[in-house]
Amino acid sequence: MAGFILRRVLWMIPSLLAVSFLAFFLIQLPPGDYVTTYVATLAASNEIVDQRTAAELRDRFGLNQPFIVQYWLWISGILLRGDFGLSFEWQQPVSGLIWERMGLTLLLTTSTLLLTWAIALPIGVLSAVRQYSFADYVFTFIAFLGLAIPSFLLALVLMYVAVVYLGQDVSGLFSEAYQTAPWSLAKVQDLLAHLWVPVTILAVNGTAGLIRVMRANMLDELHRPYVVTARAKGLSEFRLLLKYPVRLAINPLVSTIGWMLPQLISGATIVAVVMSLPIAGPLLLQALMAQDMYLAGAFLLLMCTLTLVGMLLSDILLALIDPRIRFD
Amino acid sequence: MDQPLTTAAAPELKPADQRLAVASQWRLMWWSFRRHRLAMLGGIIVLFLYLVAAVPGFFAMNEPGRQNARAVFHPPQALHWIDTAEDGSWRFRPHVQAMRMVRDPVTLAPSFRPDGTRKIYLTFFARGYEHNLVGLVPSTTHLLGPENPRDQVYLLGADRLGRCVYSRMMVAAQTSLLIGLAGVFLSLVIGLLLGGISGYYGGRIDFFVQRVIEFVLSLPTIPIWLALAAALPQNWPPERIYLTITVILSLVGWAQLARVVRGRFLSLRTEDFVTAARLDGVSEKRIIFRHMLPSFASHIIASVTLAIPAMILAETALSFLGLGLQPPVISWGVLLREAQNIRSIATAPWLFAPGGAVVLAVLALNFLGDGLRDAADPYQK
Repeated sequence: MAGFILRRVLWMIPSLLAVSFLAFFLIQLPPGDYVTTYVATLAASNEIVDQRTAAELRDRFGLNQPFIVQYWLWISGILLRGDFGLSFEWQQPVSGLIWERMGLTLLLTTSTLLLTWAIALPIGVLSAVRQYSFADYVFTFIAFLGLAIPSFLLALVLMYVAVVYLGQDVSGLFSEAYQTAPWSLAKVQDLLAHLWVPVTILAVNGTAGLIRVMRANMLDELHRPYVVTARAKGLSEFRLLLKYPVRLAINPLVSTIGWMLPQLISGATIVAVVMSLPIAGPLLLQALMAQDMYLAGAFLLLMCTLTLVGMLLSDILLALIDPRIRFD
Repeated sequence: MDQPLTTAAAPELKPADQRLAVASQWRLMWWSFRRHRLAMLGGIIVLFLYLVAAVPGFFAMNEPGRQNARAVFHPPQALHWIDTAEDGSWRFRPHVQAMRMVRDPVTLAPSFRPDGTRKIYLTFFARGYEHNLVGLVPSTTHLLGPENPRDQVYLLGADRLGRCVYSRMMVAAQTSLLIGLAGVFLSLVIGLLLGGISGYYGGRIDFFVQRVIEFVLSLPTIPIWLALAAALPQNWPPERIYLTITVILSLVGWAQLARVVRGRFLSLRTEDFVTAARLDGVSEKRIIFRHMLPSFASHIIASVTLAIPAMILAETALSFLGLGLQPPVISWGVLLREAQNIRSIATAPWLFAPGGAVVLAVLALNFLGDGLRDAADPYQK
């Protein structure tokens, strides 16, 4: 087991390296650099920046070094000093801007993951056990609908319903009073009171897919001889289900945590823009638009790292509950 | 086992079974697909949607880009098919209730009231603005339009510039559905190439390609797409942005298809019928094209169908965020941008309509793909 985990963790190193290259490549991609944008913004408000000042700015930010040197400066700063560089737009270190938002992103995605499982597992089992029943058809239909509705559209519709029919604003994660307040118990309560709306919206998409997978897995297991044996022994139907087929059907599902995380982060990014949630997505979008490269890079890097770590955890979890995997 | 075993001739096949015994694989698939009702329904809707995509101007009613200051946030007009006269007689004559704009005397805010009992009659194959059929043949005929060309009808209302939401939705269908097809086609080319190489050569190359696929699959797509799309210069012409966005979508979307291709390739290589053909001395080329491809293609078609909705959703999301297609190109995502802030949808909830089109297209393609996947393996019960 330890060997498996060690091998798996070692595999993370090339992936992380690739991710960091990718993130840096992506933020280098736009033509021009931050100084170009900066000069253009100033020019729009009738301030002229002469060539020398622009060159000095480039020098100061190291923008005229070759790609690989800039990459090295960037990644070594992150690894050795936890320094993600300077946000040009905010004129402050990136590390001061990202951690709270990344923390909230993590909170949002993990709560969504938990809710998704809590809804999808029982429904999946029910749909399989009562295959072709009325409930099965209803849930199958809802599941397909959930797959087809883009989460941002769902968020928009929900916000519309809340504003027009309930007279409530469901956007954001905090009430106005707590937006800039330091963390306190009251603020956490406020967060929880707001969190459930985006969590529910995001869970709809994931749940739909998961119900289908769980249903299919259960259907594969339900007609196995060991189920018949257990039933013949006189085990109650409920205990029988939980004790054998569910435990087996859940294995392939654990591996889906890995690929659900990238989807969740993707979905959360766009829902957050619609609902103006203070998580990574909206600030990433803003940074990308303003070519605030180090800020965008930090978010890209951390978001990708988050999904890679999720993959790692789901692999390890799978190996823990399914001994066949370990000895591959 | 109530019949004694004999060495007599095989039992006579019933006519239906006889038909089954000699049917080609594609025919079996068609039979199996036809049994899947939802998939049939999905297929019909998909066909219809692509018909709209082929001749959007024919289905549209008003010129999609035309602004009308007197129709800002004009509400949708319900379409009535049966016209009842005052004496109680009725006949089939499609019409809508005419609307009139009135201004609030104090705030001057415009609002729309039914214009007495005036009806605007609609006619099939009406004359209207000029458009191109399949982008080639100029035409002024529209499926449905007002009898009097000077009347304005907004079946799904108008947006903040008084543009017809229904007509824009029809035209946007072309962009959104084609970008789905084109993106999937590009993904398929990359996927077939890498998946095929991986499955064919195996060994070290396979291992490497596998890791690359896993890596791409583990990336959160939307942030990557956003970063790529943000890199496009603002001053590019819309057509060029359109093409580049398609490429960007497939750059991340190919991994899933490559995995399917590789998996099928590997499992087919060891199938009994392939081994049998090889032992019979069939050439490698004939094995691939006559024996492997038919059972291979059906799965690929199914996966491709299931990949199109993902592309459509991705384009919608990107354009919605303002990093995808740019006006004057209109897609469902571009149209949904109008519904972005809560204030405009509170006054004009019909701006959600393009979202309905997205959901319909994605649902139909999913059902179709599901049915195709089940039908792809007609021998499996």
